[in-house]
Amino acid sequence: MKNQPKIGVLRFLGTNCDQDIWEACLATNLQPEWVWYQDHFEPSNFDAFIVPGGFSYGDYLRSGALAAKAPSMKDLRMAADKGIPIVGICNGFQILCEMNLLPGVLMKNRDGKFIDEWVDLEVCSESPYSSAKKVRYPIAHGDGRYFVTNEELKNLQDQDQVWLRYFDNPNGSTFDIAGVKTKNVFGLMPHPERALFDWMGGSDGQSFFEGFLK
Amino acid sequence: MTTYLIAVKILPRPEVLDTQGRAVEATLKEGGLNLEHCRVGKYMEISVNAENQELALNQVREMAEYVLYNPLIENFELEVKG
Repeated sequence: MKNQPKIGVLRFLGTNCDQDIWEACLATNLQPEWVWYQDHFEPSNFDAFIVPGGFSYGDYLRSGALAAKAPSMKDLRMAADKGIPIVGICNGFQILCEMNLLPGVLMKNRDGKFIDEWVDLEVCSESPYSSAKKVRYPIAHGDGRYFVTNEELKNLQDQDQVWLRYFDNPNGSTFDIAGVKTKNVFGLMPHPERALFDWMGGSDGQSFFEGFLK
Repeated sequence: MTTYLIAVKILPRPEVLDTQGRAVEATLKEGGLNLEHCRVGKYMEISVNAENQELALNQVREMAEYVLYNPLIENFELEVKG
């Protein structure tokens, strides 16, 4: 186990899950450090990065599209190239897709509504963040419909990149996909940081954050 | 150098579910208006300085490809407005 890994937490104007991520890091013996979206940083000073949820740039143009071009993201791309783990949650997932660090794109929910509820997820592929076969996290998004073409979906399946799937697809995502991954870049729409303790409604998020210690 | 006004018109690709278009279409039909289909996209106007129209279009095409549209789900076309 690593001793207090340092986690870079990206912050944009409009990020609103940053403080939750910060608290989740502290609760699981991680050492969070803010990374401001307009600043450059040295990727190797960090053990991992989290791109939190929210509404960066007010979701203007497309969710995550403008954030993907922010100065700090050049360095985040370097971090990805160096193999440093990067996890994008909700808007963070949208940003990583718009950066092409993850395949696909997140579109407006099938029924056009913002959805805020707990979901059960099947863990389809191994990662440090989810050793169970099934986890339960909340979702809270308007643009959570994961879209890839059939051809791209086949690529994802062949390369074991389908990470999390909804048991009961809430938003029309292709193949019920809630999260995808590459070797070191992970993205998911649900919020493990909102599922840390039983009083929150569930504690499956604990082991998610403990994954950064591995 | 001449200033050109270029319109960027972005629509969801035909095979992609266009939730906004579907909602607008339903409301129009519920209002008794006669239509087949409606799709909703984005419209932008960008003015650039360039030596000629072709170079102006190239500049804006580069912007479209940089961030304005996402080729996975959208198509775009350019129109010279002035």
